[in-house]
Amino acid sequence: MHPSQDSEDFSQPGRRYTSVIHAVGNTPVVRLLPLERETDGSHIYLKLEYANPGGSVKDRAARQMVLDALADGRLRPGMTLIDSTSGNTGVAYAMIGAALGIPVALVMPANVSAPRQAIVRAYGAELILSDPMHGSDGAIEHCQDIVAAAPERYFYCDQYTNPSNPKAHWLSTGPEIHAQIGAELTHVVLGIGTSGTCMGTTRYLRQHLPRVRCLALQPSEALHGLEGLKHMASSLKPAIYDEGVPHQHIAVDTERGWDMADRIARETGLHVGHSSGANIEGAFQVAKAHPNARVLTIACDRGDRYFAPMRWERDYTW
Amino acid sequence: MSVTIKIPTPLRTLTAGADEVSVEASTIRAAIDALETQYPGIKDRICDEKGIRRFVNVFANEEDIRFLNSLDTELSDKDVVSIVPAIAGGSDPLR
Repeated sequence: MHPSQDSEDFSQPGRRYTSVIHAVGNTPVVRLLPLERETDGSHIYLKLEYANPGGSVKDRAARQMVLDALADGRLRPGMTLIDSTSGNTGVAYAMIGAALGIPVALVMPANVSAPRQAIVRAYGAELILSDPMHGSDGAIEHCQDIVAAAPERYFYCDQYTNPSNPKAHWLSTGPEIHAQIGAELTHVVLGIGTSGTCMGTTRYLRQHLPRVRCLALQPSEALHGLEGLKHMASSLKPAIYDEGVPHQHIAVDTERGWDMADRIARETGLHVGHSSGANIEGAFQVAKAHPNARVLTIACDRGDRYFAPMRWERDYTW
Repeated sequence: MSVTIKIPTPLRTLTAGADEVSVEASTIRAAIDALETQYPGIKDRICDEKGIRRFVNVFANEEDIRFLNSLDTELSDKDVVSIVPAIAGGSDPLR
């Protein structure tokens, strides 16, 4: 099938909301036809989480964590929302904080790209940089020190321990996948960072589509370049992570993920980030191994979030 | 000459927990080879057959060696070599 022959009805009018927070979710699914041609009758579905208004899957978790904390009083007027984040969750917090009038402070390793830092500043969030040599775990520890010094001032959202993170995917991502693909779905492949997407979506699918096989994906090495994903064996394990929830665990090399992200941009017009490239590589391997499989994975964010200034642009103010 | 190599957290399982390692070397290539001699297996985490792996940044003092002479970048006594994961495609963390 050629994409131009798609019989989908494109006439559905746009949605209208009173706040950007309601525009989170209900993301489209696109088939990856060039990859499917290299399989034995399998379909590969990519759920475009970058279509969320903050540009990533993290909008879902951030919205749920903030709304739940407002509802039960952990986040009160005058408090600042703080968390450590390698980027996308920070953008989501900053967007939701701006929409709801909540101050936001974000702790990031200093080697997060300059454009990424500029995005969260654009929403008015405060940025606190941690030692790049200690990675995301160093950012977590630095954030905990700040909160411990002034606990009454901060609501520590803590995406790694906050049950509202996987809950967001139990409430939205899982049901959307169920509605979009339904009973024909055979496999889902979900990368693990905080593990919120994987835990919440997998729990939902295992309950409602028990024939679906759920695979969790992580980088193959401790030192990797798949931002947002965690190599669990060498990382602080998120409290929300339960390795028994997925049926199976698979690993992807950084280079394979990066190459797949490049390939997908050129062959499908979907310009995704590196972790999405790894997800697609994992889904592709599963689709090749199982004839007539129906495999879904997600595009966590867009590739343009990873453009970094070149040397001659270093002093350019983004 | 003696140079110091700063080891990022994910590679410290290979250096028995050391965050800095001193080696005798006059180029980045020699420094990484010396590191490999002390801690076998670490070179493959940093380099592939084409040079430094795409997602790894190596700095000689404060300069990314991709903008110098790559693996042949020369080192002086007491130089500091930093291995930094390019987790976001790499702004310069040492600037």
